Amino acid sequence: MAALWNWIGQRWEVVALALLAIAPLFVPALGGALGGQVTTLFIYCILALGLNVMVGYTGLLHLGIAAFFGIGAFMVAILTVPLFPFQIGWLVATAVSIAVTAGVGFALGGPVLRLRGDALAIVTLAFGEVVKVTLRNLEQVTGGMKGLNPVPPPGAGVTVAGTDLGRAFAVDPRWFYYLVLAALAGVVWAMRRLESSRLGRAWAAVREDEPAAAALGISATQVKLSAFAMSAAVAALAGCLYAATLSTTADPNAYDFNRSILVLCAVILGGLGSIPGTLLGVAILVGFDTVLIPAADSLIQQLSGAADRSSLLSLASWRLAIFGLALVLVMRYRPAGLIPSRRLAAEWGHGRR
Amino acid sequence: MLALFLLQQCLIGLTNGGLIALVALGYTMVYGVLRFINFAHGDLIMLGACAALGLVAPLGLAATGGPPSLATWLGVVAMVLLCGLFCGGLNVAVDRFVYRPLREAPTLAPLVSAIGVSFIFMNIGLAWIGPADRGFPQVVPAASLLPGNVVQFGWKDLLVMVVAMPLIVGIMLLMRTTRLGKAVRAVAQDRTAAALMGIDVDRMVATTFFLAGFLGGAASVIAGLYTNTISYQMGFQNGLYAMTAAVLGGLGSIRGAVAGGLMVGLVRALSTAYAGERWAGAIVFAVLIVVLAFRPEGLLGHRAKEKV
Repeated sequence: MAALWNWIGQRWEVVALALLAIAPLFVPALGGALGGQVTTLFIYCILALGLNVMVGYTGLLHLGIAAFFGIGAFMVAILTVPLFPFQIGWLVATAVSIAVTAGVGFALGGPVLRLRGDALAIVTLAFGEVVKVTLRNLEQVTGGMKGLNPVPPPGAGVTVAGTDLGRAFAVDPRWFYYLVLAALAGVVWAMRRLESSRLGRAWAAVREDEPAAAALGISATQVKLSAFAMSAAVAALAGCLYAATLSTTADPNAYDFNRSILVLCAVILGGLGSIPGTLLGVAILVGFDTVLIPAADSLIQQLSGAADRSSLLSLASWRLAIFGLALVLVMRYRPAGLIPSRRLAAEWGHGRR
Repeated sequence: MLALFLLQQCLIGLTNGGLIALVALGYTMVYGVLRFINFAHGDLIMLGACAALGLVAPLGLAATGGPPSLATWLGVVAMVLLCGLFCGGLNVAVDRFVYRPLREAPTLAPLVSAIGVSFIFMNIGLAWIGPADRGFPQVVPAASLLPGNVVQFGWKDLLVMVVAMPLIVGIMLLMRTTRLGKAVRAVAQDRTAAALMGIDVDRMVATTFFLAGFLGGAASVIAGLYTNTISYQMGFQNGLYAMTAAVLGGLGSIRGAVAGGLMVGLVRALSTAYAGERWAGAIVFAVLIVVLAFRPEGLLGHRAKEKV
């Protein structure tokens, strides 16, 4: 029995993925609205894992991850919507979008690499605003506040064994569930491999002590640039999936600072540099918003009677304060997060200022 | 004509810049002593503006339309002082209960806590003035002081100048010439060494938070009287431009924050005039990124020596 638990502890992600993969067989609601919510949750997980490369592994504070999420979503939309002549299909468009967004990350990283931590944070924040404003104002290309739609479902026009894949995606949301779950599994696997790869160890070395890493022959510039590009690429993948599941890019305000901060808080709350921590952080924060608050509010309404609809009595109107208080308390009592990465916890245990 | 148009835009820019500089000083002073960007500062100013709105009637102020009387000016000064004390006190309390326990924590901890505090502030603002934009009475009229229509400089612009300039000059003198300023600068240079010299570090940090909050409170009054509309979400935009100004000028540098504030104001006014309002923000941030690419320490900042 102990051996079994041990095995599960080491292969938690395999177990979790297997459970999620068979979940639609037992939870019919996943074929409906709940499926859509869970799919969005998975997309946030991918986005958070992308941000974790910068903030967790490499120790560079990034406040504009939503910009790359947005660039990815709009890029895939531009390449697939009927409005433009490209229409190259979702899969190819996603590959192009990821490459382009990684290039943008690279291009932003170049000039700002010499900045110290906090100035870098403000520049990424400013970059996020620039991207949002640009997406909103370039109406001929991005559709302005209307966004771009319809983004065709993945595999539109492709027929496998008599089934039109595009049709299947449009009819049954479980196709999206499995697509996004597969992407998430791929990203988790890739991050696991990256952590222990040469590049991943270089990221950690630069985070812990840049001069020492340089003395060992690691080029901090290259290492940081690769982190910028990797973060952007994973965020773009999340954006492509997001546009596909919604079949629209939504308006550019969907990619603003609030989203960047939500994802950043999830990573920090769960545990910087820790894959299970990041996933848990997203589950808590997004779950808090979409599940817990509505549930608690309906309970409060039942208890207080339908007559009293004072907005101050609903949990939703104190959502921000609860959220803020949670951040303050976690930083006070568990600064390394709920499931800390062992390496980062050890690093911070040394009382570094 | 072109020269006059340019002069007009520069006047608008400098007025806006004075307001931005007041807020930017709050970011840069706190960064100076504690080395973290106080993300809650913008929302502190939002709360200050809520307080200012509540003070309009008790101070006997109202939108008269005519040139402001002496009583109006005195009322505005009282409002600046009261909101300054309110924001300063609030800032000190937050430092005491949120940031002080984190002095030896990892560098990200105070920053993330500040984001948390900013959410709490926003929620308080939401409960205080509600979710919609609120009008702020036009106590000081916009009417121009100058004859003719060529270049306009209104009572409101004068208000910004007479409130912001003395405060900016005052804080610079305070930091440079007084014993207190010297002690704060010593803490900013090296906390441990300052403590060894007999300086009460916690008190100096609290003083810095109070001064930063006081300037923010003054800025909140100007923001209310100048834009005539406040909302619980105004903190983010105000904070963003001021943060940009502080980083542009060089984080931790007092003169840098002032220069950065004026520059952000000018760039924003000129790009509003030539490229349109909707691009102004993007141009300001693009300028920031370009400047930092060449001078990572900001315009007037000192290049930090990395300690190995």
